[in-house]
Amino acid sequence: MSGARAEILSAVRQALGRGRLDPAAEAALRVRVAAHRRNLVPARATALDRAGRIDLFVAMAEGVQATVTRVASPAAVPAAVVQYLAAENLPADLVMAPDPGLDAIPWHSRPLLQLRRGPAEPADAVSLTPCFAAVAETGTLMLVSGADTPTTLNFLPDTHIAVVRADQVVATYEEGWDRLRAAVPGEAAGARLPRTVNFITGPSRTGDIEQRIVLGAHGPRRLHIVVIDDPASDGRGQGQDGEDGCEGPAAAG
Amino acid sequence: MHATSRDFSANAGAALADRNLQRALAMMTGSGFPLRRREVVERLPEFEALRDIGQSIKEHTLAHLDFYLELYEEQVAASGGIVHWTRTAEEACAAVLEICRAAGASIVTKGKSMIAEEIGLNGFLESHGITPIETDLGEYIIQLRHEPPSHLIAPAMHLVKEQVADTFRAAHRTLDPQRPLAEPRQLCDEARAELRPRFLAAEIGITGANFLVAESGSSIIVTNEGNGDLTQTLPRVHIVVASLEKLVPTFEDAATLLRLLARSATGQEFSSYTTVSTGPRRPGDLDGPEAYHVVLVDNGRSAMLGGEFHDMLRCIRCGACMNHCPVYAAVGGHAYGWVYPGPMGAVLTPGLIGLEAAAPLPEASTLCGRCESVCPVKIPLPNLLRRWREREYARRLTKRSWRAGLSLWAWVAARPALYHGLSELGSRALGWAGGRRGRFRSLPFAGGWTRMRDLPAPEGRSFHSLWAERQKRGARR
Repeated sequence: MSGARAEILSAVRQALGRGRLDPAAEAALRVRVAAHRRNLVPARATALDRAGRIDLFVAMAEGVQATVTRVASPAAVPAAVVQYLAAENLPADLVMAPDPGLDAIPWHSRPLLQLRRGPAEPADAVSLTPCFAAVAETGTLMLVSGADTPTTLNFLPDTHIAVVRADQVVATYEEGWDRLRAAVPGEAAGARLPRTVNFITGPSRTGDIEQRIVLGAHGPRRLHIVVIDDPASDGRGQGQDGEDGCEGPAAAG
Repeated sequence: MHATSRDFSANAGAALADRNLQRALAMMTGSGFPLRRREVVERLPEFEALRDIGQSIKEHTLAHLDFYLELYEEQVAASGGIVHWTRTAEEACAAVLEICRAAGASIVTKGKSMIAEEIGLNGFLESHGITPIETDLGEYIIQLRHEPPSHLIAPAMHLVKEQVADTFRAAHRTLDPQRPLAEPRQLCDEARAELRPRFLAAEIGITGANFLVAESGSSIIVTNEGNGDLTQTLPRVHIVVASLEKLVPTFEDAATLLRLLARSATGQEFSSYTTVSTGPRRPGDLDGPEAYHVVLVDNGRSAMLGGEFHDMLRCIRCGACMNHCPVYAAVGGHAYGWVYPGPMGAVLTPGLIGLEAAAPLPEASTLCGRCESVCPVKIPLPNLLRRWREREYARRLTKRSWRAGLSLWAWVAARPALYHGLSELGSRALGWAGGRRGRFRSLPFAGGWTRMRDLPAPEGRSFHSLWAERQKRGARR
């Protein structure tokens, strides 16, 4: 279909009333792309301090029917998970992302919790994942695929539990992208973005029948978020704050 | 898909008489999309400014579309995916079929995709022995009913829940015939249970794309159900079908358009799932497709570029224009007779299937301007409709009686003395006939109007004569 390729590009150029852009113009466009300049970013989340941002994340997530538990430290996560499962009458059987961050949580403190590490199987009822970032402006989780974080965990089980560290809460999608680009250094040298980046805002839903919202269309019926307000991660969090602080409602265009 | 756009008047007549359709439409206009959109837009002070930026992002991309297409292809290849360039619907369908055959696949799951509807992909695959299964709840319902979508984002908008229940009872024969199916919750659960094994069995997953990101060769889909994610995560092969104008330069640009999309479409702050896909499974990944293909479709886009209907290429398919259209609210999507309904459809359809086949659609509007006022990328829809009307008139596609009426009016209007005389006479006569009541219960030739309401009678003088008198008085002072 190389004939089609050439023909489409030539039709596009003809419609635009020019030939191929000259090298200088192409170079300028490449610079524009590489600059990752932000467009206008809503002030809703950027105007907040760290605590305010976390509060906004929680409020927005709850606004779309996610449930949230806030705990003081990683050590408190297992109890929060057990409590949530019991309250929802769910089995204490989890499939968990084989993620070093999650492994650092003292799960052995709750021996009745059955944990399997790996991608989700059709029979799994509850999954547990970390997240890459959490976007305050709309209460959105940002998850990436990878060897430690299979994507099926985010969609196949009926219940998805995600663990968010306080320093992972960013104001905007743009901040999330910046962090992701920073996490795959040497992108130019061939490193790539993860196969999938999932922005998840509340549980699965549909309004396809009579515009009435029903939760749990095909993805998870329940999304539960455990936020760790860990003072130990403050140093890291504030470092990020400094970096993010320079961004406000940037110039439009 | 066979277009019945030429029969818009007959289609609309049938739609107005369809009680189920009218009930379904009332649910949308009553407490559905428009109300939710207004609430969520009020919560974001930057929304209006974002519309301007959304417009400029799309314009910038279109003005350099050749560059961004090539950059996009380069990046898809670098991440292990393959781009297939296709000029027409036929080429696009053939490309999808070839990938299916090469993979030895016979069952494919599909996420909702308007471009797949446009190129008639399902019918094509079926006729070649491949079973496509729609997984979006609304699409699944209409696939069972062999109907086209009636709305960009809510394809089964035209149905009430009783009709969906009947459809499910007819299709899911192994289930207990006595099972309760009165509520959307039950219908949704049944579709979930029916489709889950098919997600797991499918060998190929096909999705559309809301955006293609040039900087990284990524495709983005936006869904609420999660069906798109199961569609593209579980099978061995993921095929993205997308048209040229879906390109955006960077994730920053995509972020801006995403802020506009969900708010304009469903009135959500953000859709449940915004999924960015870049190439196939990486070494070490535990799941995800082994192959990633993009079928890039022109099908008339390059011909629209730079022309009179260029602005239409900015469209991000949110559906806000139809959600706010009084004509769509009255007749629904099927009356428009092809894939794209509402104001955007009335502009796009003649551009894609030809004005001859779509002739009355530009008339299917009161030009009230609500569509333009809510469009997230500020497409001047009423203006574009007017341009189609001019072409219709020039090509003699408008009805003979309309043409005769317009010619007569033009002849009179071009003669001011005659025009003023006739309008003065007309308004005096109507004022006299209206009598003390000042309105008409019925009028010859205007029964369509007076059946529903009274027509106010003129006060007796024309604006022109009042204005002339006022000017004279002013001059005397």
